Amino acid sequence: MAKKAVQKAATPARRASDAGRAARIEGGAVVVTGICGRLGRRLARQLHRERPVIGLDRREFVGKPKDIEHHSIDVRRKKARELFRRPDIAALIHLGVMHDPRLGAEEHHTWNVIAFQKLLEYVERYQIPKLVLLSSANVYGPRPDNPQFISEDAPLLGANRFSDIRDLIELDMLAQSFFWRNPGTETVILRPAHILGTVQNAPSNYLRLKVVPTLLGFDPMMQVVHQDDVVRAVRLALRPGVRGIFNIAGPPPVALSRAVKLLGRPTLPIPHAVARAGVERLWRWHMTSFPAPELDFIRYVCMVDDRRAREVLGYGPKFDLGSTLRAVDEERWV
Amino acid sequence: MPARTALARIGDVAADDVLPFMGRLWGGARRSVDELAVRVLGSDFEERARLLQARYAEAGGDPFGLDLETAKYAVMTCAFFHRLWFRAEVRGLENVPQGRVLLIANHSGQIPIDGAMIGTSLFLDLEPPRVIRAMVEKWSQTLPFVSTFFSRVGQVVGVPENARRLLEMGEALLVFPEGTRGISKPFTQRYQLQEFGTGFMRLAIETNTPIVPVAVVGAEEQYVNLGNLKWAARALRMPVFPVIPQVFVPFGQMPLPTKYLIHFGEPLHVQGDADEDDAVMEEKVHLVKQTIQSMINRGLKQRTSLFF
Repeated sequence: MAKKAVQKAATPARRASDAGRAARIEGGAVVVTGICGRLGRRLARQLHRERPVIGLDRREFVGKPKDIEHHSIDVRRKKARELFRRPDIAALIHLGVMHDPRLGAEEHHTWNVIAFQKLLEYVERYQIPKLVLLSSANVYGPRPDNPQFISEDAPLLGANRFSDIRDLIELDMLAQSFFWRNPGTETVILRPAHILGTVQNAPSNYLRLKVVPTLLGFDPMMQVVHQDDVVRAVRLALRPGVRGIFNIAGPPPVALSRAVKLLGRPTLPIPHAVARAGVERLWRWHMTSFPAPELDFIRYVCMVDDRRAREVLGYGPKFDLGSTLRAVDEERWV
Repeated sequence: MPARTALARIGDVAADDVLPFMGRLWGGARRSVDELAVRVLGSDFEERARLLQARYAEAGGDPFGLDLETAKYAVMTCAFFHRLWFRAEVRGLENVPQGRVLLIANHSGQIPIDGAMIGTSLFLDLEPPRVIRAMVEKWSQTLPFVSTFFSRVGQVVGVPENARRLLEMGEALLVFPEGTRGISKPFTQRYQLQEFGTGFMRLAIETNTPIVPVAVVGAEEQYVNLGNLKWAARALRMPVFPVIPQVFVPFGQMPLPTKYLIHFGEPLHVQGDADEDDAVMEEKVHLVKQTIQSMINRGLKQRTSLFF
């Protein structure tokens, strides 16, 4: 799908506007939503040396570099819209996707989907030339009939077995339809595999457990990617001319048991039925942050084909398997 | 204290006589097991396993989860059946090219021992050795241990994307175009090829892969299937429900020790357009089917006895 879009952009009639857009993207200011998250701060620290960075997050930016402009406001507020009216704004990077399984589906929907719709509205109205959405490989979902490597044009079936993440899929779909409706904006959707590092996401939290529970008799292959590799992919996506959907993967895939062994953690294999019942109960008693359907991630494969990212985006992971895995134990500096 | 002296005496006897005797027995048993292992696996088995391991390690590990440490033990088990149980005779191995290849074989014998035997031949007899990659049913992924075992011995989920990637990696991919129709046919239809799917032909053309036809003779008689019970299959939600009387006899659960003949034919290079109509594809598929059928017929004619 996105390949066609690249060809379309290359027709002579559009070349003039392409040149104009490229000039505007180059070195222009970047609005980053969700900048106060761990990944957002890492990205901001790298990005602000090259170009102006404007943070947009409800939270306070602790330890903010001086030259970053930060607005602690809700995206849906009028003040946020005023921000996009500024002519120096070249790109929007949307990292502010909330995924806290404890909050209900309704909360997720209002925050994730409504806020993103608002952002898309601003981008469209003020003709922002670049939009980057950090989606996730989870939108494909772990399934027994998955191909070993899922390509970008595969259907997004992640919510079939885990309905709480349907807002994440909706977000991805919104960006896709925006991609087709607004050729004037270079829309990039990144779908990284399990991001590991100091970030607080399910895979990193899972590998940080003192004893890592696994499912007895299941040992799927996994893809992990270092948080700084994801940051680099986002920066590559900002280059003028890049558009479309990109799967992002890290070092070559590894069996779950081997990944845990490399980290030096003991594993505790539990039969699936017991694990499911147990996690459901723990979840109800607020003793775990893992909802039971997430067990599928350590049961079936959900790996992506990142050839397009390597060829078109020029992305390749810099961190090897060992350092990517060990990143979950790194000192968290905030 | 008579009890104590008795105990001490037993201890002495154990130390002086029994232990060395057991030791000799153990040593002898180990030697004969080693000899048997060499006879079954060949003297260079470890070397072959190491060679393959190095080849996959060089490519950064197998992305489908093949682990030669595990696969080695699976091959050892299969080798017992290949060498001693079925005494498989392998012909035409030189027809298997080095790079990517599609092995198209007839499917028979109620359980897919034929696939395992073809794979064992490639591992033990081919120079240099290769790992066979075949496709397994999707539901097998939901079974604990089974899913892990399949992935460790190099079997992958049967979707076209996986087949394409394996061929791009230069692997040897085994396909049974008859599928369930072939493996569970009743005894009356033995050695009659069932309808072939056309997917493998499109794949071969698309990826420009040579096709090596493979005929397996002897697998049909390992389990005698008198017919399929449709109602039982429906009730149990199984694709077929074969009636195999031998499983009720003690040790009849094992396949009958028929003599296997595995014949690798000359590679076919198919040209054409992968998006062609089904009718055009079927013509090309028919050619492959004919080749395999005539190889089977030749094997049957040469066979003098079912078991020798």
